[in-house]
Amino acid sequence: MANRALPRPRFEAPEPERGAKATLKLETTTAPLLQGKVSEIPDALFGGAMRFCGLAVVALLGLIVYQLILGSELSWHAFGWKFFGQTDWNPVEDQYGALPFIYGTVVSSLLSLVIAVPLAVGVAVFITEMCPVRLRGALSFTTELLAAIPSVVYGLWAIFVLVPVLRAYVQPFLAKTLGWTTLFSGPPYGVGMLAAGVILAIMIIPIISSITREVLTVVPQHQREAVLALGATRWEMIRLGVLRNARAGIVGAVILGLGRALGETMAVTMVIGNRPEIAKSLFAPGYTMASVLANEFSEATGNLYLSALIEIGLALFLVTIVVNALARIMVWSVTRGQPTRGVV
Amino acid sequence: MDEATVKSTMTVTMPPISWRRRALDHAMTGVAMLTVALVLLPLFAIFAYLVYKGLGSINWAFLTQTPKPVGEAGGGMANAIIGSGLILAIASLMGVPLGIGAGIFLSEYGRNRYGDAVRFVSDVLNGVPSIVIGIVAYGLVVIRQKHFSALAGGVALAIMMVPTIARTTEQMLLLVPQAIREAAYGLGVSRWRTTLSITLRTATSGVITGVMLAFARVAGETAPLLFTAFGNQFWNLNPNQPTSALSLQIYTYALSPFDDWHRQAWAGSFVLIVLIVGAVAAVRFAVRRGTLAGT
Repeated sequence: MANRALPRPRFEAPEPERGAKATLKLETTTAPLLQGKVSEIPDALFGGAMRFCGLAVVALLGLIVYQLILGSELSWHAFGWKFFGQTDWNPVEDQYGALPFIYGTVVSSLLSLVIAVPLAVGVAVFITEMCPVRLRGALSFTTELLAAIPSVVYGLWAIFVLVPVLRAYVQPFLAKTLGWTTLFSGPPYGVGMLAAGVILAIMIIPIISSITREVLTVVPQHQREAVLALGATRWEMIRLGVLRNARAGIVGAVILGLGRALGETMAVTMVIGNRPEIAKSLFAPGYTMASVLANEFSEATGNLYLSALIEIGLALFLVTIVVNALARIMVWSVTRGQPTRGVV
Repeated sequence: MDEATVKSTMTVTMPPISWRRRALDHAMTGVAMLTVALVLLPLFAIFAYLVYKGLGSINWAFLTQTPKPVGEAGGGMANAIIGSGLILAIASLMGVPLGIGAGIFLSEYGRNRYGDAVRFVSDVLNGVPSIVIGIVAYGLVVIRQKHFSALAGGVALAIMMVPTIARTTEQMLLLVPQAIREAAYGLGVSRWRTTLSITLRTATSGVITGVMLAFARVAGETAPLLFTAFGNQFWNLNPNQPTSALSLQIYTYALSPFDDWHRQAWAGSFVLIVLIVGAVAAVRFAVRRGTLAGT
């Protein structure tokens, strides 16, 4: 569908014959159009302005990259690649290593995926394949409501409801049953990596499930019918006919959720404990790249300190961009041709 | 499509489904239902707590007073509510026209490689963590002004609004049938006039929904305001001064050791959500009435 304007009609009437009535008549009816000569200038101006807006979006991204690179130069020259491999973060001695934050971001995001993916895919499957049509709209609306709650409100809820519940019930239980894995050992503070993973999971479920739903609805109906016709039960139909076809798209949805989890700041900062340590236990407090920015950026004294923080921002930016691009390509490979709804 | 009939004919022609497969089928249905319950549980818990703790904590002082000194009970978030409004107004003033312009570019001028590039970039921008946008606004505005300001917060939120608005505007404009544009061109209407008065006007309600979506998304943002708007204990309407925002105030109060501040954090969250939902609903209502009156 070409959206270009049609060429502007040019009224090149033939030289009217003298005394011919028909041409005279034509002339009078088309006269207003011919007189109101359309100027090309406003059109060019408007087109230019809109192109400028489009360019501005690209410029914004350029600006972000420029600012981050400019800001992190100092730290880059001081530490180089070692910055990402060192574990000590000591503003007093101007020693900065980002590894604990990278570790915290990766572990909390992966933990959230482990919790969120089965739930989100289950909800998507239920809504598209199992639930009565009448319930469908209400259910998808309700799950998407979760996406409308601001991050800081999630954090507030996590501090006062989730963390106490984890401390009193979930963590003792996990320690007793799975303590031998050393993943769930140590004192149950409540606050820590586990709390961050759980609240992140709650936050990314709507994204994963709404995109999974979109991907599942794109699976052609006759795939389902074919599997059913072979004598499959509904679950076999879902497994063979639907999920298998939508695999790439679901993986894309999961990676998109990962992208969101990596960059999530407030809720995580409020419950992860904010201690730059690499601990094996999920009960221990941690720190993420986004949280260290939230906590220390406005108080950073000294240029190198600020620069190190900006470098963490740059790293976070690059990682999320790669993750998002990857996810988009995977979702696109499934929903190709179909308009993807909404904002992801 | 009609599963029941398919199944009933199958049982006639095929051997019955073994109990094992049948049991697995039922079990998986149960598992799916369980996931729905597990997802809805936190949702209801969050809303229940918001209403229970939030509604009970709102009083006249909360809505009309500024925060009391540390440790003193009472006071409110009136300045933060106004501050949020100020920051959001600045953000909308910058972000909405630019976003809609970019959307028009994508749908009317961007059906080519350049458009694809802009489209990809705006999707990428959409995924940039909000805290990183905060760093950028810090470098752009705060460093130059040498102090925190509502303007810097507004710039950060505007950057976040643009890609969302651009993509939804594009999608809404693409829904307008090509024939309507051609009809306008056929009448000799110029291209810019067609875009503004015909295409954009036809898609108004969709475009506004997109704008409200972006607005709702940034209205609760905290991370990019931490080191741009920074927060303020007092009234401030000057865009060049540090300004409080509802979300910032909730964050500070939630992490404080005082019960009364916790209470106010819940109240603030409730007000924030009511304001977001209210703004979105009001604009949608106005648009619906407006378009009805127009036709």
